[in-house]
Formats: sequence, structure tokens, C-alpha cells
Amino acid sequence: MLVLEKNAMTEEIEQLVEKYGRSRSSLLPILQDIQRKHKHIPDFAQQEIARLLDIHPVEIYSVITFYSFLSTTPKGKYIVRLCQTIACDMQGKEAVAKAIERELGIKFGQTTKDNKFTLEYANCVGMCDQGPAMIVNENVYTKLTPEKAIQILSELK
Amino acid sequence: MGNKGDFRVPVSQVPHSVPIPEDITGIGGTVSVEINEKKISVPLGTTILEACKKVGISIPTLCHHDDLCIAGVCRICVVEVEGMRTLQASCSFPITTPIKIKTSSPMVRKARRHIIDLLLSEHYGECYTCFRNGNCELQNLAKEYGVDSYTFGHIDKPRFEVDNSSYSVVRDMSKCILCKRCVRTCIDLQEVGVLEAIGRGDKTHIGTFLEKPLADVICINCGQCINRCPTGALRANDPSDAIWEAIDEPTKHVVIQTAPSPRAAIGEEFGLPAGTSMTRELNTALRRIGFDKVFDTNFAADLTIIEEGTELILRLYNALVKKGKVALPQFTSCSPGWVKFIEHYYPEYLDNLSSAKSPQQMFGALIKTFYAQQAGIDPANIVSVALMPCSAKKFECNRPEMNSSGYKDVDYGLTTREMARMIKEAGINLPEMPKSDFDSPFGEASGAGLIFGATGGVMEAALRSVVEFVTGNKTEDIFERANIIPLRGFEGIKYMEIPIGDKVGRVPDLIKHFIPDWNWLKGATLKVAVAHGTANAKKIMEDIKSGGKFSECHFIEFMACPGGCLGGGGQPIPTTPEIRMKRAEAIYAEDESLEIRKSHENPNVIRIYKEFLREGPCSHLSHKLLHTHYVKRGRYIA
Ligand code: SF4
Ligand code: SF4
Ligand code: SF4
Ligand code: FES
Ligand code: FES
Repeated sequence: MLVLEKNAMTEEIEQLVEKYGRSRSSLLPILQDIQRKHKHIPDFAQQEIARLLDIHPVEIYSVITFYSFLSTTPKGKYIVRLCQTIACDMQGKEAVAKAIERELGIKFGQTTKDNKFTLEYANCVGMCDQGPAMIVNENVYTKLTPEKAIQILSELK
Repeated sequence: MGNKGDFRVPVSQVPHSVPIPEDITGIGGTVSVEINEKKISVPLGTTILEACKKVGISIPTLCHHDDLCIAGVCRICVVEVEGMRTLQASCSFPITTPIKIKTSSPMVRKARRHIIDLLLSEHYGECYTCFRNGNCELQNLAKEYGVDSYTFGHIDKPRFEVDNSSYSVVRDMSKCILCKRCVRTCIDLQEVGVLEAIGRGDKTHIGTFLEKPLADVICINCGQCINRCPTGALRANDPSDAIWEAIDEPTKHVVIQTAPSPRAAIGEEFGLPAGTSMTRELNTALRRIGFDKVFDTNFAADLTIIEEGTELILRLYNALVKKGKVALPQFTSCSPGWVKFIEHYYPEYLDNLSSAKSPQQMFGALIKTFYAQQAGIDPANIVSVALMPCSAKKFECNRPEMNSSGYKDVDYGLTTREMARMIKEAGINLPEMPKSDFDSPFGEASGAGLIFGATGGVMEAALRSVVEFVTGNKTEDIFERANIIPLRGFEGIKYMEIPIGDKVGRVPDLIKHFIPDWNWLKGATLKVAVAHGTANAKKIMEDIKSGGKFSECHFIEFMACPGGCLGGGGQPIPTTPEIRMKRAEAIYAEDESLEIRKSHENPNVIRIYKEFLREGPCSHLSHKLLHTHYVKRGRYIA
């Protein structure tokens, strides 16, 4: 990271710490905000949060690796999370998965070259009665078919 | 950042133990427990584990450690509590109502056996090739519970690569059972925070920041994590093969210096009770192994006192008389773990750190110069080994600047555990050895050098000399038998004030050329403090930063390890609060038994300033050989 970028990051985190407080329980909201804005939590940001909350960088890294909605490597603008749990699986998740892979030209776990889409599996998202289900960023889509999934994604393209 | 220290750790993670008094009738709030039909009453809040200990019932534990906060993650300590549907972890169950407990019911035994079997199913390691063979808590449990087959299978390939990057600590996570003792040690006791649980579910493992090798993150090499690991997942980087090789090579002159703490603890490795000093038996054993000379690190500790004490006096003189800009308080610099800690976290205070090297490194520089000259040996052929209680000493001797003799000053740092193994390998039973003395030209040292091993010891040693220098009175006349009791014991931070009074003495010849008299110290009060465990060091540093009471101190002793060196990361496992106490008793008893108990009275130290370091302490030559500089490392990991 360049010095300028670092300074901007520090300032941003200082503001977040101001907003959420310095206790350990402020960690998650701070991480969520950074993830939302930067699509990941850069190494430097982890160390700055650690410094400002007076905990250790590895504790932050531990939290990030625990939660699948937080990441240390950059994700695309849209993160597509397809439910892979049994109810959705039985309602035709496989076909939807194939269609999405074909549409975006990437496999699960990958990000498109233009950094627009990241494709991931998620476990049960609580929509079992309306499967197959997927989440794109913070929106839930249900009763997917291959066509419907492609339709949703191409609208975002 | 103000006083955030207190809410930093969630309440559930604060070290918690209720000491059970011998006579509990005097206190209110007791509760009765029935353990295997045996009734006792204990103070409210006592854990089941502690209550069982009280009646002599032992319960297996893995994640529990007397030094650490409760975790309750391994579940091996489960017991049956009447009326509860599931088994309860005894280490984390505080008794608040009368309960009935069964510690060895069929259900309990089966559960424990399953837990062991499950741990073994993912535990990759061959006991024969493991450094914890014979002293492993997992192995012991398997034996105790008669594990004769792998109920849930057994992994046959390592799951992780061994991390060999550090000079001090080797991590073999395939042997890790996820008890998180190392995590709690590094965060709570040391405030370094190298290790945490990474990932989730069956992917969970103990890792570093960004999974970097240990050498690339901020680890102070203290080895406290090794000392608390129940298995062989963490071990010290063992140089004994190279040392054997040097011993077997006839052209090499192999010398060893032994620090006070290993001598007070190595007996434990040979089945002796903690607190049995083995100093002179060890001398014999080391010679039989093949070391050509055995030297006493305490000699260099005495030298440290003279150098560091002079440095302190000069700082005070410059500040008080010459009104110069001087960094005060002066910090001790003999603990390499602490040195690395301050280099990372408080680099802006490096000027406060005494420039005096640690005794190990002072000695190293003298062995390859002064001793080589005297003995007529080419320093290139000297292999210099240091027996230390410490894994950070391995890092220290490999610091690139530690070559002021023109060679690597100390070739190998060896821990107490590794030494014990070498002695056993040589077929020697240490306790049976006849006693023998240290070799000249350094010979015997003073009791002041000896007590360096315990927290507060460096300060006590320094004061024994400084007080005598300045007041002209014998230390014994001020402190009974020259024992400075307020500096002893295991309180995390100790503080003491020593009023100088109106009568001052004569400036000793050794430093006469620096200062004319002591009049400028008349009526002054010397303020000193002592901290052990870097978590306590951090408290003092934060206080200094915010201009608190410790910023007014003149001299502060810092030791990275809880208890000081006697609780070092290279000491025998286990190390517990009681064992630390026993080792300290052994060190102080040996000190009392010595005739010379002040560094400046050590005749060999006096001699070396006459014959070799002729310009005296803090002079040009002593700066070249006995002093060093530090690196501003900072807290960021690239
Ligand atoms: S850690 Fe313990 S059980 Fe595992 S190989 Fe080493 S001695 Fe054996
Ligand atoms: S050696 Fe010390 S600093 Fe390094 S990981 Fe172990 S406990 Fe932490
Ligand atoms: S490395 Fe050792 S202390 Fe740390 S979690 Fe694993 S087994 Fe426990
Ligand atoms: S199984 Fe897919 S939402 Fe529950
Ligand atoms: S010792 Fe009680 S849960 Fe680990």
C-alpha cells in the first residue's frame, strides 16, 4: 500500500472507531463497514484496527477467517452466494450452479477479471421452503431456475 | 489511549481462580459438595476441579493451566453432576449450589475415552521422534485411559508443514490439539499476541497473522507458549546436534557458560523436587560430556551490574548536574524477549534501554577476546555455548550485531531442557555427580549475579552496589543481611523508594574519572520498579507514556517471562506458580550461602578492570565489547 493510501485508511478507521467505540464488541461493525467499502479487509487495515482497539492483529485475522462474509483478499463488486445445503440441493441447485458458472465464466471461489462478480457457495440461508436460493450482496433471491439466475445476473452486469 | 486495559479482555477470559484457604469456617459463603459420596464444603464459586483437588481426586485436564484463564474447550475434564442432563467441564464449573458429583462413572469414563480417541484421530506424530516423549500430557492420557486402538482411526500424514523459521520456536501444528493454551499465554501473559485460532470448524488451526512464518511476525521468542503447550506442537529450536559435533571435533575448544536459573531447575528433569540447586553437580557433568571449560554466567552478570550501574549513575549525573537531555528512567536490557518487545511496541523509548549487553552476550564477547588471549587459543577455534533458561537467548546470539569479538560472540544458546537431554544421552545421572567448581579465569561469581534469575533480582543486585557506592554505608546496614525483600516475590509490578539521606560516601576509584563526588545526590530519593511478564511491562510503559508514577522512576527492571528467568521458556515443563516459587527459593538460598554477595566485591570483576578493561566501565573498550545498540522494529508487519 502507498503511504497516501495508508494515511487515508488510518483516517477511515479512526472515524469508524470514533463511531463504534474502542471496546472489543466494536470490532465486527468496524470490519463490516470496511468489507462493504473495500470488498476486503487489507492487511494494513487489520493492523490499524488492532492498534486502535488495543488488541492484536492476529485476533482480527482470526475473526476474519472465522466469518465467511469477511475476507482478506479482494472480492468482486457483487458477491453471489448460492445455497449448497440439502433442501436447495434437492430443489435443483446443481443446474443453477452450472448456469451461473457458464454465465460468468468463472468457477465457485473465483472472481471475474473485471472484479465485478465473485461466486461462492453458502450454507443454508433460511429459505429452504423456497429453494434454490442465493444471496447477491444483501439481496436474497429464491425459487431460482437457471434462466432466472442468469436474468438476475445480467441485469447487474 | 487511556485506561482501556481493563475492558480489553472479556470478563469470561479474565484469569479466575479462588484460592481455597486451609480453614474455611471463618469465611461466609461456603457451599457443600458431594464428590463420589464424599462430602466437603468449599467457598462459593470454587470450581469442581479445585474442589476435587482438595479431596485428592485427580481429574485429567488439557486446556486448563494454573497460569491461564479458564477456557473450557477440551472437555477432557468432564464429570457427572446429579440432575444435569449432560456432563459438565469441571475446570469451568463454579459451584454455587450444593451439588453431587461423580468423577468416574461409566458415562464419564466413556466420554473421556472418546475425547482422547477423537484427539488421536487427528494427531499426527510419532512419540519416539517427539521431544515431548515421556513428558506429554496427551501421551499420558492415552496411557492412563488404556488406549489400545484407534477407535476413530488415525491420521497417517502431517496436516501442516513444520514452521522452522524462528531461531527460537518451532511450530509443528500437526501435533496441536487446539487447547489454546499458547494463545492465552501469548495474549494474556505476554501481550504479544502472535497466535490465535484461524479458520472455523474442522479447518480450525492455530496460526499467526496472515499465516506468516513465525520469524516474520512480532514474536519476542520468549518461549512461554512452549512451556505451556501440553504436547510437542511447540518446541525450541534445538542446536544440540551441532554442539555434539563441536565437542567431537578435536580442534574445537568448546566452552559453556551456565546461567543461574537452569541450575535451579535442571534437577526437575532428573526427578528431583523443584527447588533443588544442581550448580556444582552440573559443572562435573558438563566436563564429563566434553565441554573444555565451564564458566559462570553470573560473572558476566556482576559485570553487567558494574556497566549498567555506571551507566545509570552517568545518566543521573548528566540529568541532575549537567542538566543535559537524558533518557530516564533507565530500563534494564538483559532479557532479550523484553528487548524485542520494546523494539516493536515502544521504539520511541529505545534510548531508555541500557546499552549494556545481557550477561550472556558480554560473556560471549569476553570469551573470544580476553579468555582467548589468556589461554592462547585462536578465537576461531572456540565454540561458545550458553546454557540458558530462555529460548529468546537463541535469537539474541544470532542478532547480526552480536559479533564484537570479531566472531559470533556466542555460538549457541541451549535451553535447560535441551541440556538435560544431552546429559541423559551421555549416560550421566546428574544428581549423582560429585560437585566441582567453575573454571578460571572467571571463576566464582557473587550472589548478586546469581539472583538475576528471579524477578527483581537485577534490581536488588544493582541496589546492593549502588547504595553502598553512594551512601558509603554497607548494604547490610540498610537492608538486613543485604536482602532487599520489597523487590522479591511474584507480584506483577513492584515499586520501591530508597531515600539517600544526607550522608554520602566516597566515589569508588572505578568511576572517579566520571564524577567528582556524590553531593548532588544528597537528600535525593531513588525510585525503582520491577516488572515481569511483558503484559506487566506494557502496563508500566503505558503509565510512562501518560506521565504516570513510573515516569518518575530512575531505574526499571523488565523481564519478559513471568517470574523472571527462572520461569523462562526454556525451563523444564511443567512450570507452574508453585514451581516458580520453589526455584526462586533455591536461588535466594544459594545467594545467602555465598560469601561474596555484591557484584563490586567479586575479585574476578575487579581483576578484569585492572587487567583487561583498563579504562573502566562505560569506557571505549567496554563500549565496544560489552555494550550494544537496538533496532527500531515497530509494530507493523509488511
Ligand atoms: S505430542 Fe505427545 S502424543 Fe504426540 S507424538 Fe509427541 S509425545 Fe506423542
Ligand atoms: S515465543 Fe512468546 S511471543 Fe512468541 S509466540 Fe510464543 S509466547 Fe508468543
Ligand atoms: S500449539 Fe500446543 S498449546 Fe497451542 S493449541 Fe496447540 S496443543 Fe495447545
Ligand atoms: S437449504 Fe438452501 S436455504 Fe436452507
Ligand atoms: S480442562 Fe476442562 S475443558 Fe479443558
